[in-house]
Amino acid sequence: MIDSRARPAVAPMYRLQFEPAQDAWVLLYPEGMVRLNTPAAEILRRCDGQRSVEAIVDDLELAFACDGLAGDVHAFLCQARERGWVHPGAPS
Amino acid sequence: MNPATGKPPFWLLAELTYRCPLHCVFCSNPVDYARHDAELDTAAWKRILGEARALGAVQLGFSGGEPLLRDDLEALVAHARSLGFYTNLITSGVGLTAARARALRDAGLDHVQLSFQDSTRELNDFISSTRTFDMKSRVAAIIKDAGFPMVLNCVMHRFNLPHVGRIVDMAERMGADFLELANTQYYGWAWHNRAALMPTVDELRDAEAIVVAHRERLASVGQAMKILWVSPDYADAKPKPCMSGWGAVFLVVAPDGLALPCHSARMLPGLQFPNLRETSVRDAWFDSAAFNAYRGDAWMNGTCGTCDERHADHGGCRCQAFLLAGDAAATDPVCRKSEHRGRVDALLDAAAAAALERGREAPLRFVPGAATGGGLVFRGDAASLALSAPSSELQAATP
Repeated sequence: MIDSRARPAVAPMYRLQFEPAQDAWVLLYPEGMVRLNTPAAEILRRCDGQRSVEAIVDDLELAFACDGLAGDVHAFLCQARERGWVHPGAPS
Repeated sequence: MNPATGKPPFWLLAELTYRCPLHCVFCSNPVDYARHDAELDTAAWKRILGEARALGAVQLGFSGGEPLLRDDLEALVAHARSLGFYTNLITSGVGLTAARARALRDAGLDHVQLSFQDSTRELNDFISSTRTFDMKSRVAAIIKDAGFPMVLNCVMHRFNLPHVGRIVDMAERMGADFLELANTQYYGWAWHNRAALMPTVDELRDAEAIVVAHRERLASVGQAMKILWVSPDYADAKPKPCMSGWGAVFLVVAPDGLALPCHSARMLPGLQFPNLRETSVRDAWFDSAAFNAYRGDAWMNGTCGTCDERHADHGGCRCQAFLLAGDAAATDPVCRKSEHRGRVDALLDAAAAAALERGREAPLRFVPGAATGGGLVFRGDAASLALSAPSSELQAATP
């Protein structure tokens, strides 16, 4: 579980950028690339080390005019942490 | 190939120079490198990077030779980063001062891969025929201090396989994010030196077991370092998906501008590789006869063309097929289905027989700048010219 007050950031080994040729957001790392689906990209783009998980959920719910995203965001961030894509960051 | 439906290169390997201060006996540069010493200038490289990026290339490796010998490296890194490439520096470490590491960081370099030849000074210095072990150890710290992700790469062969546990320890101490244990692939200089470098199957299995144990240990204590064990394909008898397929994802640009599907392909006879001095990246990649020669599976013989593995291993390696079977379109001879598998087994049998003889062997003696030693020919300009002289039989397929 990731603390709702944690402020996750993309790990220094990875670079998040939009690839026009792929028409997708990707994570770049030494000698490799992960092509992200839309939900993954929308979450990771908000992992700036400033915003808390709670704020990310609020922001996504506002942007996509829906609610109940907290479970999905937590599940994704746990996976992303396991893969080394994000550092959870200290609670604010 | 149709540019509208075909995939662009994903990986661009920019071999900025064949010049190198080291003399490694398994160097991946072509044996005749000294005959291709006219290097592209900065403007030509910038144009090539721009064209490749516009096609969709994402990963960029600056390699060589030793890329730090180019004093325009920082400018090329900055240009590449502004284009959106993920930039990798593949280096021996020679020339990477703290100031230069900072300058490369400021230019936008993303990652550094540092080569080691062994965990001991004696063998590292012998295999590279240079006094570089202590320098490399300092450079590893410089890379980490500058904040780069770091891959340590060590080419493995019979001399250093018994040290594999100590190589893992060394990489951990240095704070490597990845350790690539690259079992020797026998092309170019390594092909020439194959008799002296080839380990026995037992030596490979013992080393792999140690790697597996270290992986489990690292995972159990939550250590992040990952270890890649490059399959020794002669012993594993499993064709590698070489370059993920010919002309599929990987584009090498040699120092003189030649566009190649892999580091080694320029020695294949009968193929006219395009030179990017006069050909665009798009035309070279999609339209040149050489890049289409072994693309997809239409070129495959009956053995590969009907094999269930053909989409996984792409028929293995064309250079290996040429070196071992004398035919670049043959099934990769490491495969059990190849009619030439016996030639690979003969090399492994010879390695096993040589191992039995070994007790009487003289210890390796490091002589800086030596041309030969320990049954090996060191990479160097004089050896390159001699081995690629018209009368040389180096290219002959007689293992």
